[in-house]
Amino acid sequence: MASAVATTASSPQAYLRSLARWKPIEIAFWLATLLPFALVPNYLSLASQIAIAGLFALSLDLILGYAGIVSLGHAAFFGIGAYTAGIISKYGWGEPISGLMASAALAGLVGWTTSFIIARFRHLALIMLTLGFGLLLAELANSMSWLTGGVDGLQGIHTWDLLGLFHFDLYGFTAYAYSLTVLFILFIVARRLINSPFGLALRGIRENWIRMPAIGAPSRAHIRAIYTIAAAMAGTAGALLAQTTETVSLDSLSFERSAELLVMLVLGGAGRLYGGLVGAIIFMVARDQFSGTTPQYWYFWIGVLLVAVVTLLPNGILGGLSNIAARWRKT
Amino acid sequence: MTRPALLTRGLSKSFGSLVVARDIAISLPVGARYALIGPNGAGKTTLINLMTGMLAPDAGRIFLGDDDITNFDPRERVRRGLARTFQINTLFPGLTPLEAVTLAVCERRGISREFWRNIASHREAIDEAHDILSRLRLAEECYRPTRELPYGRQRLLEIALALATRPKVLLLDEPAAGVPPEESGEIFEVVAGLSDDLTLLFIEHDMHVVFRFASHIIVLVGGAIYTEGTPAEISAHPGVREVYLGTRRHG
Amino acid sequence: MLPPIFGVLFDGFAYGMLLFLLSVGQSVTLGMMNFINLAHCSFAMLGGYVTVLLVNRYGWPFFAALPIAFLAAALASVAFERTLYRRLYRASDLDQVLLTIGITFISVAAAAYIFTTAQQPLQLPAYLRGSLSFMGLDFAVYRLILIGIALAITALLVACLEYTRFGAKIRAAVDNERMARGLGIDVDRAFALTFALGSGLAGLGGALAIEIVGLDPSFAFTYLVYVLIVVSVGGLGSIGGSFAAAAVLGISDIAGKYYVPQLGAFLIYLVMVGLLMWRPAGLFGKR
Repeated sequence: MASAVATTASSPQAYLRSLARWKPIEIAFWLATLLPFALVPNYLSLASQIAIAGLFALSLDLILGYAGIVSLGHAAFFGIGAYTAGIISKYGWGEPISGLMASAALAGLVGWTTSFIIARFRHLALIMLTLGFGLLLAELANSMSWLTGGVDGLQGIHTWDLLGLFHFDLYGFTAYAYSLTVLFILFIVARRLINSPFGLALRGIRENWIRMPAIGAPSRAHIRAIYTIAAAMAGTAGALLAQTTETVSLDSLSFERSAELLVMLVLGGAGRLYGGLVGAIIFMVARDQFSGTTPQYWYFWIGVLLVAVVTLLPNGILGGLSNIAARWRKT
Repeated sequence: MTRPALLTRGLSKSFGSLVVARDIAISLPVGARYALIGPNGAGKTTLINLMTGMLAPDAGRIFLGDDDITNFDPRERVRRGLARTFQINTLFPGLTPLEAVTLAVCERRGISREFWRNIASHREAIDEAHDILSRLRLAEECYRPTRELPYGRQRLLEIALALATRPKVLLLDEPAAGVPPEESGEIFEVVAGLSDDLTLLFIEHDMHVVFRFASHIIVLVGGAIYTEGTPAEISAHPGVREVYLGTRRHG
Repeated sequence: MLPPIFGVLFDGFAYGMLLFLLSVGQSVTLGMMNFINLAHCSFAMLGGYVTVLLVNRYGWPFFAALPIAFLAAALASVAFERTLYRRLYRASDLDQVLLTIGITFISVAAAAYIFTTAQQPLQLPAYLRGSLSFMGLDFAVYRLILIGIALAITALLVACLEYTRFGAKIRAAVDNERMARGLGIDVDRAFALTFALGSGLAGLGGALAIEIVGLDPSFAFTYLVYVLIVVSVGGLGSIGGSFAAAAVLGISDIAGKYYVPQLGAFLIYLVMVGLLMWRPAGLFGKR
């Protein structure tokens, strides 16, 4: 954002407004998300999972990319959302939109409760705590197998027709339309949020945690708010996955899920809104291609990607691209 | 007789056996321009940390105007009008000065929880931020990321951020630290040009600057107030010449 | 006759000593450089696989393989430290976490590729498989030896840290890195050596762990969690803290699995989160 050339800005308001304006490439991006319907109708299920992963990554971006809170346990909220939606459906209420809302609400509630602890810590203690919460929840789901189905996963989910009109078909047409719509709506929310005074305060926390109290800012209250929002958003993503695939497994809560999520976000570029989306597309497509032949070595490539991103592309793919663009503009 | 803007009584703090503040009593009249001087390790920054609540004192009270603020957290003290700057730049490297100061203004105005309307639609806050930046001669550079600003500009931004909280009392911890002597004059001229209602306490090593801009000088040695007085009294004080002015040349 | 609880205590303590060997290096290096190394257990896993290879394929005696396991892990860690870790000492938590998770993923996949994902059996000599009877309870010889090795290493570490010049440098660096640099201590060098030593001990722990918990590629992640618990509960840079935390964790984990198996690892994580909230610097930490 800061890379925008603004020497010509006529007033401070105009300058700030220009930073938040929709750019042509953004509109192109969202139009392109409609292409799978026409071009790859056989891959709509994958497209739906990409949209879900993108939403999940976006939720992490809000806390990690914008507020600078490193979480190794974000899958906890994804899992809460997935199990909530799955369990509601299993016990007889398969209406998707209300299920989605309930899942988001419960994940948000758990997020809000834990946020009181999260907001008090930084650095190593924070990383350990988020990891600990994630493990705790995964273990809880495992031992409550009467409710969650344990290692066998949650069986017997049935999602009703969307709005009573659209059946969740085998090809994933409805699934992708549904996931993409939810992603787009929540993306708009996230976009408004980060361009608001609250979003500016979050970036302040990321840029300098120590200075914030010296300008009278309630950092902890800000962190609690964004952590709750991100948790609800992650819960929504989990619920989408449960409703569109009609299964939930313990994987959805696992540490690996949290780690994969970090990979997606960082690969795309944290703190850039589209970073998580771009990362999710690349990650999910690559996984679809590679893990088909040798699933157990898939993690080798994730690992290589991580090392490469950290050592070669510190701001992710989007950061790298914007650097190249900036250099190109100068010459 | 009006109440002092900031008052401390018997402020003490030690880390183990190391005493960093010993029974410190300071009274800053409204609109004062006080300098705090003393050799390295005298406890000057510690005193600012105690006043602003970044350290908790072992004993003593701190009053801001009529209020006993001893038990308030740093944020609450800022909200009540006690601001500070940092000796080592403590800025927001990735934000532009305009964004950073707007952030501070938004926090003061209580609109920082507003999450739906674009920041650009909060016109008064932005105008106020831009106005502060103009007064500190930063308007030209307010659209560049802070990390790209020259060091001297960053020192001014330190002050701008503090001013955005609309303080009654401003504590400046070596505002010109690390700035070459020919530029440090500019920073102190900016400081001297601040409103007369604002009460100032600044730490500074350069005695020319201190004598030029301070109306009153407090000398801190070994965590305790050694002496205080007008610049004339301090420059004539034989002990100060020995403990402070004499050793200054080495530091 | 001793009641069975002594058997649980014994097994738990032996398990705790294993956790101590795995985590003590992490504790000291974290305390020194604040470098978050989530790949620590990959080095432990390396030690384990080196031992399996030497003992099973080349017929080395178990005890001859142990020093090699130590050396292999130490050398591999130095190679990584020189090439990758070094660049990130001043980097953000996130970068450190990402890099070391990446290395862990790579090591897990590499282990799966070379050794498959199956559990590796270790052919131990008969005298290590027996047990000693004492007051009606059986004490496994292997666990006794494990405890002996861990106690000897603890004594050695404490002595080194307290009474040698190198130890004094490390203590200074853990206490206050900037001050130590100011005093002319080559913190980077001291750190590299400590890092190698700590990874070597993890490698040794990995070798000794096979008989107790088995060895497969998931080792690097499974035991990372335990190491992080020991480190965070014991406090950074504290050998005594790590020792006590590892012993408590080992005993409570074994006791939990023995008395309340339905809770699984839930109890352990709960204790970890609770302790972290209560004392974020660890039970024995200074900061």
